[in-house]
Amino acid sequence: MNLSSLNIQIIDKRLTLIFSGEFTLYQITKYQKFIDTLSFSTIEHVEIDLTQLELLDTASSLFLNNLEKNLKAKNIESSLLCHKQEILESLALVVKEKSNTSEFPHAKRENFLESMGEKTYNNYLGFVSFLSFLGEMFHTHAQSLKSIKDIRYKEIAFEMNESAIKALGIVALTSFLIGLVVAYQSAYQLKLYGANIFIVDMLGISILRELAPLITAIVIAGRSGSAFTAQIGAMKITQELDAMRTMGFDPYLFLVLPRIIALMIAMPILIFVSDIMGVLGGMLVANLDLQITPELFLDRFRDVVAAKHFFIGIAKGPFFAFLIATIGIYRGLMVKDDTQSIGFNTTKSVVESLFAVIVCDALFSIAFTNLRM
Amino acid sequence: MQPIIKVRDVKTIFESRVVHDGLNLTINRGEIYGLLGPSGCGKTTLLREMVMLQPFSGGTIEILGYDIRNIRQEDAQKLRQNWGVLFQAGALFSSLSIAENIALPLQEYTDLSEKMIEEIVKFKINLVGLKSRDALLYPSQISGGMKKKAALARSLAMDPKLLFLDEPTSGLDPISARDFDALILKLRSLLGLTIVMVSHDLQSIYDTLDRVAIIDNKKIAYEGTLSEVTLVQSDFIQTFFRGYYEQ
Repeated sequence: MNLSSLNIQIIDKRLTLIFSGEFTLYQITKYQKFIDTLSFSTIEHVEIDLTQLELLDTASSLFLNNLEKNLKAKNIESSLLCHKQEILESLALVVKEKSNTSEFPHAKRENFLESMGEKTYNNYLGFVSFLSFLGEMFHTHAQSLKSIKDIRYKEIAFEMNESAIKALGIVALTSFLIGLVVAYQSAYQLKLYGANIFIVDMLGISILRELAPLITAIVIAGRSGSAFTAQIGAMKITQELDAMRTMGFDPYLFLVLPRIIALMIAMPILIFVSDIMGVLGGMLVANLDLQITPELFLDRFRDVVAAKHFFIGIAKGPFFAFLIATIGIYRGLMVKDDTQSIGFNTTKSVVESLFAVIVCDALFSIAFTNLRM
Repeated sequence: MQPIIKVRDVKTIFESRVVHDGLNLTINRGEIYGLLGPSGCGKTTLLREMVMLQPFSGGTIEILGYDIRNIRQEDAQKLRQNWGVLFQAGALFSSLSIAENIALPLQEYTDLSEKMIEEIVKFKINLVGLKSRDALLYPSQISGGMKKKAALARSLAMDPKLLFLDEPTSGLDPISARDFDALILKLRSLLGLTIVMVSHDLQSIYDTLDRVAIIDNKKIAYEGTLSEVTLVQSDFIQTFFRGYYEQ
């Protein structure tokens, strides 16, 4: 095999480019640089000699085609010398396809107002689709309530175990640590004023009323809400949801309602556990740091912490659970036919459900204060 | 010939893109009917519209005597028990084993005893050419060909009259694909099924289909038997079918 090379021959005003060996995309840059060094000022005719060429690939054919065009633009005549059928075909192919290709469409540049408007409109559409999801869910719910037989007890029990009972450990541990930390930080301040015993009031109210429901909601949103999104999203991608629909199994009845009901039942139980563990953590610090015995702690607890704080905390449970479960499932149903969208929607589901839980908590706070509770 | 599916003037518009502009076709009882066309022409969309997974913008589709556009909830439910659908990748429920997948519609819709259901599941598993010992495997543990067979068994669980197949042989090796074709022919004669399928597999098209509809350029370019298809002037038909005759 000959080595690939490009030689030139200049006779008067006639330049001959002699390509030999193989001409493939590995040689293009080298040849281009070489041709760029040539001075065409005195040349009137360029001959491209391909007679010694063995192989020409499509990229190089494009290169030769462009070369001819450039010469034409400089008012230099050009001619081609070639006998090989394959090389001529390759060149002809390039000419033919080039005439068919059109420019890539330019991506439209949007100005600030346009993109702002588009985002706002998309958010609005997202909100409307969430409303329609809620509507469909309540519709199915109402229909399923028509006969008690239709409620999927088995699935509800399964989901309670999966998304709540299995979360008991982590909820308990997290609450215990939060109780410990809050008590430890406030113990230091309270000691300064000799107000040691008030740690009971502080812990009792803050944990029962606010901290336990919020911590439980955060753990469950991160653990079970995201799992809902990923499970249902994956089922959507593998067309399992379509398969269910064509078999006449309503996904709302089989997948959506059991998860929501299960979480709404289980959440108050989890909050109750969180209450116990949080207070236990506080009690431990009170005993070690402030020398308040568990007997004294519980005695004071009974006197100063009204039962309403406990009930308000527990009552938040079903609301938080509803928000976490509906947002998680809604995000799962929004997954499109690509794997990226599972990750995107799972993130969104956790962020949105935590946000919704905190907004809901704020609303409760305002409502209960106005009700003097 | 008794029509089982009638599609009249169906229009489908996605946002601003027109996919179907007045499709008409008729599928008769006992036929194996193919929906063919270049990719992106809306074959699968039409199939999804027929099985009520997707709404369409205009026209009517009538299946087993029901107009699926204005169908009552109860009738829709009844209709769904009268057809089976095989999705491209099987769409088996990943949380259930093969046997449980097949048993699910039986458990939900019938009052059969567990023992009877097990009998039926065993029979269906054998019918599609799977082994009984595969029954307890989960969808993630079996090959693509087995998934398709298991999904076919599931779609046959309720003994439907009508079977929809979305690219049944895609993703199978040539030998499994021919086996699958033979299986479909066998099931048609055994169970008296009417089968509607979307396919790209030429060999499978010639081996199994009785009649075809070719969707090209938003309309039906041809409806009828395969023997006359090449007489039609259409770029798609000429390039798609010529290769087969030249072989």
